[in-house]
Amino acid sequence: SPLCPQWPYCRKRCSYCSFNTYVVPAADEAAVRACLAREARTLLRLGRVQSVTSVFFGGGTPSLASPGTIAAVLEAVAGAAHLPADAEVTLEANPSSAGTPRLACFRAAGVNRLSIGVQSLDDAELRLLGREHTAAEARAAVEVARGLFPGRTSIDLLFGLPGQSRGAWARGLEAALGLCDDHVSLYQLTLERGTALAAQVWGGALPAPPQDLLADMYQTARAALVAAGFRHYEVSNFARKGALSAHNLSYWRAEQYIGVGPGAHGRFVPWGEGGCRREARVQTLEPNAWMREVQRQGHGTRRWVVLSLLEQLEEVLALGLRTDEGVTRERWGRFSPDLSLEAVFGAPGEARALQQQGWLVLDGSGLRCTREGLAVLDSLLPGLLCQLQHR
Amino acid sequence: MALAGSTAMWWARLWCRCPAAAPLCLPPWLPPWLPAGPVACERPYSSRGEGKLDMSTYPVESIRNFSIIAHVDHGKSTLADRLLEITGTIAKTGRNKQVLDKLQVERERGITVKAQSASLFYSHEGVNYLLNLIDTPGHVDFSYEVSRSLSACQGVILVVDANEDIQAQTVANFYLAFEAQLAIIPVINKIDLKNADPERVEKQIEKLFDIPVDECVRISAKQGTNVEKVLQKVIEKIPPPHCNTADPLKALVFDSTFDHYRGVIANIALFGGEIQKGYKIVSAHTKKKYEVNEVGILTPNEQPTHKLYAGQVGYLIAGMKEVTEAQIGDTLFLYKQPVEPLPGFKSAKPMVFAGMYPVDQTEYNNLKSALERLTLNDSSVTVHRDSSLALGAGWRLGFLGLLHMEVFNQRLEQEYNMSVILTVPTVPYKAILSSAKLIKEYGKAEITIISPAQFPDKLSVSEYLEPTVLGTIVTPHEYIGKIIALCQDRRAVQKDMLYIDERRVMLKYLFPLNEIVVDFYDALKSLSSGYASFDYEDAGYQAADLIKMDILLNGNPVEELATIIHNDKAYATGKFLCERLKDAIPRQLFEIAIQAAIGKKIIARETLKAYRKNVVAKCYGGDITRRMKLLKRQAEGKKLMRKIGNVEVPRDAFIRVLKRQPDK
Repeated sequence: SPLCPQWPYCRKRCSYCSFNTYVVPAADEAAVRACLAREARTLLRLGRVQSVTSVFFGGGTPSLASPGTIAAVLEAVAGAAHLPADAEVTLEANPSSAGTPRLACFRAAGVNRLSIGVQSLDDAELRLLGREHTAAEARAAVEVARGLFPGRTSIDLLFGLPGQSRGAWARGLEAALGLCDDHVSLYQLTLERGTALAAQVWGGALPAPPQDLLADMYQTARAALVAAGFRHYEVSNFARKGALSAHNLSYWRAEQYIGVGPGAHGRFVPWGEGGCRREARVQTLEPNAWMREVQRQGHGTRRWVVLSLLEQLEEVLALGLRTDEGVTRERWGRFSPDLSLEAVFGAPGEARALQQQGWLVLDGSGLRCTREGLAVLDSLLPGLLCQLQHR
Repeated sequence: MALAGSTAMWWARLWCRCPAAAPLCLPPWLPPWLPAGPVACERPYSSRGEGKLDMSTYPVESIRNFSIIAHVDHGKSTLADRLLEITGTIAKTGRNKQVLDKLQVERERGITVKAQSASLFYSHEGVNYLLNLIDTPGHVDFSYEVSRSLSACQGVILVVDANEDIQAQTVANFYLAFEAQLAIIPVINKIDLKNADPERVEKQIEKLFDIPVDECVRISAKQGTNVEKVLQKVIEKIPPPHCNTADPLKALVFDSTFDHYRGVIANIALFGGEIQKGYKIVSAHTKKKYEVNEVGILTPNEQPTHKLYAGQVGYLIAGMKEVTEAQIGDTLFLYKQPVEPLPGFKSAKPMVFAGMYPVDQTEYNNLKSALERLTLNDSSVTVHRDSSLALGAGWRLGFLGLLHMEVFNQRLEQEYNMSVILTVPTVPYKAILSSAKLIKEYGKAEITIISPAQFPDKLSVSEYLEPTVLGTIVTPHEYIGKIIALCQDRRAVQKDMLYIDERRVMLKYLFPLNEIVVDFYDALKSLSSGYASFDYEDAGYQAADLIKMDILLNGNPVEELATIIHNDKAYATGKFLCERLKDAIPRQLFEIAIQAAIGKKIIARETLKAYRKNVVAKCYGGDITRRMKLLKRQAEGKKLMRKIGNVEVPRDAFIRVLKRQPDK
């Protein structure tokens, strides 16, 4: 199973971010470290996990944690389950906390893949996003990372910023292509309720990007990255030379995973408690409360909900269709041995209409979106879910 | 939409609802045999006791039946209060102020929704008079009721505010009374106010109504100034009713109310004969027979009497179960002694139709019972069950006019706490059929079309007809230009234009009714800064170039949005509907053509572009639960969508397009 420890702290909140992050003057790192390690051990045991296939340090800003903390968590993982030497261990890093010595220490701690939050290579855009770093710092960080993690450095980019023009995005993209390694995550900016940026756009202080412009930007980027040899393997993710993120791919394949840390989500069967069905689990959001719970009972799981077979299939569908491989027959069959993909989506109805209209393909390997269908997946899913519910 | 006259909402209901207050307000009766002044008080119990009044002491010559008519806020209810006080009908407490407008809707709008009546006893120059004040509903929407009420009268008090000049409703009211050949007593009210200019108003009355200036009575109803003089004028100028107690019974039903314990209470005016408990009577309209349980006068609560005699006005209870059994304008006569019914009876004729649906279908039954209870007292609302694929089960309601519709809706909200979707109102069109087949099918050549689905094709029709109204607008002259332009835009034809004085103009226009049902009054008020007043009366049908306009989504007609309109308005309306729909329908996977069409001809088009990208950018472990919830909600919502061809239209899109815009 993949494991995803969360480091909940940031130095500053970005204007667009609605994640469960906390800006504190000084976190009690030793305590957080101990709790992350302890919760990882507890949950791995609870899930009777034999082998941890990947680890992804997310947040927050996990590159703010000391390499020792990363090492401690990895040690705990390796102590509770098998952690293969080649398991993908990714750390999300901010350009402002990614100097050479620091990144080298992370590597020494066991990190073997870096995901850098570049977001933009334009200083004005970075300021709008409330980022701490400049474009030059971002470039430098990527250069350093590529040196230390060759072929295993990913960059995050945002498009669809208020006021961003088609031309500005094309230039930014070109610059990013000149800088990047073999993995790029390309996110359309989502305005989230409660963020400073959304308030400015909804309040009329900043322009909302037009729908058609966003679609154009997405198509432009897809074309440019594919031309540069990248495989568009998920809605927002591109990789070349096989540098797909094994960890994230396992989410989209609806495999089970274990979330550790404040606000982390997990999906696994708690065999250790006598459970036999997959549960959706959420850890306590607030770091101090979470720590108290971990110290008291070994973990800070706040909610666990047993997922029905239908709910699991809904997730298999909604996540799998985001990838270029789609929902394979083999994977579907693992969740649903009795009701085949063909039986659900090959029957006359919405799904078949969507196939005829060229949004979906159902063939020998499984069900997946066409190139055109992927961009409008959110319009396809409600109909598919309806059809699934009625089987 | 306050086109109406401020009126007392009568005492009877007020008293019925607060019995504890009744002893305080018991009318100190003026005994007819005492030549005392207005303050004398002793109940005229008959020698036979039982607490019943003996009405035989009021011969026809001592009876005056009259109404007060006025434009909104010109002081009708205040004058009525004073008349009741002076005649001792209610006690002088200084609190008799707006207490009579009982319903919230009536207080807010200054109108009378249901007319009531009161009998006043007054002694003048040694003679005891019975003065019956017959209230009229305060708006032309209710002009039929007004005309019925007036037909029970021989005269009216026409009240005009000395500060506000003659208004459209003053004119409309005057003509109603004039045409009924009633004596008219012009009263200039509010002379105590600083800006009062009674002289100017008197001149306007002279010019417009041809009533000599010296016939006007200047009063202040609020302070009681000269109100006594109004009563004297009523006695001097209004003739007693022409009728005879020796004739067979002939009673006009001019109003009716419903009481949960006693059934229908019909207000009647006797045009001949007498009536008492135990009499067998027949309705000329329904031919149904009843036995009278109780008769009496309204003082203004119901006061039983032994009998009612020709010329008198009162109430009757006779075991009628529904208000439709006592229709306004109906004539009652004695069993086996039929009389020629009084002229002018017609069933309530709805002029404005609108769909009414519960906001939430689970509220259907509650709304149904609220509608039933509200229509118990308002037989003029017609109710037909209807259903719309988009809005669910509901009703198609017919109203006497716009104000009637609004008042009804407001009462539903205020008295029954029901929130409803009211669709854009339409009017009843007619078609003269030319196709023999259709004539056979309908059994007649002229049909009324209430819904677009019934609209017959042009090929089988020799002529379409639309309802019209004669509108009266009174405005300060500086707004004339704008108002004329507005009227022309509404296809109105000018019939008359008259300067009432150097500043005010009266315009008369013949309007197609459908041109004023939605927003005409608001437009008029806004372009005249609120100074122009408007009133209208039914003016029959006229030939019209009508067409049925369909709204198409990718070529498929949307049944709910089909409309019957005049050819000249098709383009603008079509464009407007397409634009509204474009904003109301969410983008879909394909382009959607939103078109307005007449037959095969497309007259307006909007294009809703296809979604090109809507997939959420980030979806990892943490987001999935929230994300799945949203998707499942959308999947649920999909089931509630109305599918037109392959286009999915959310229910609220129809609501946004069909709903009346309250404050446009």
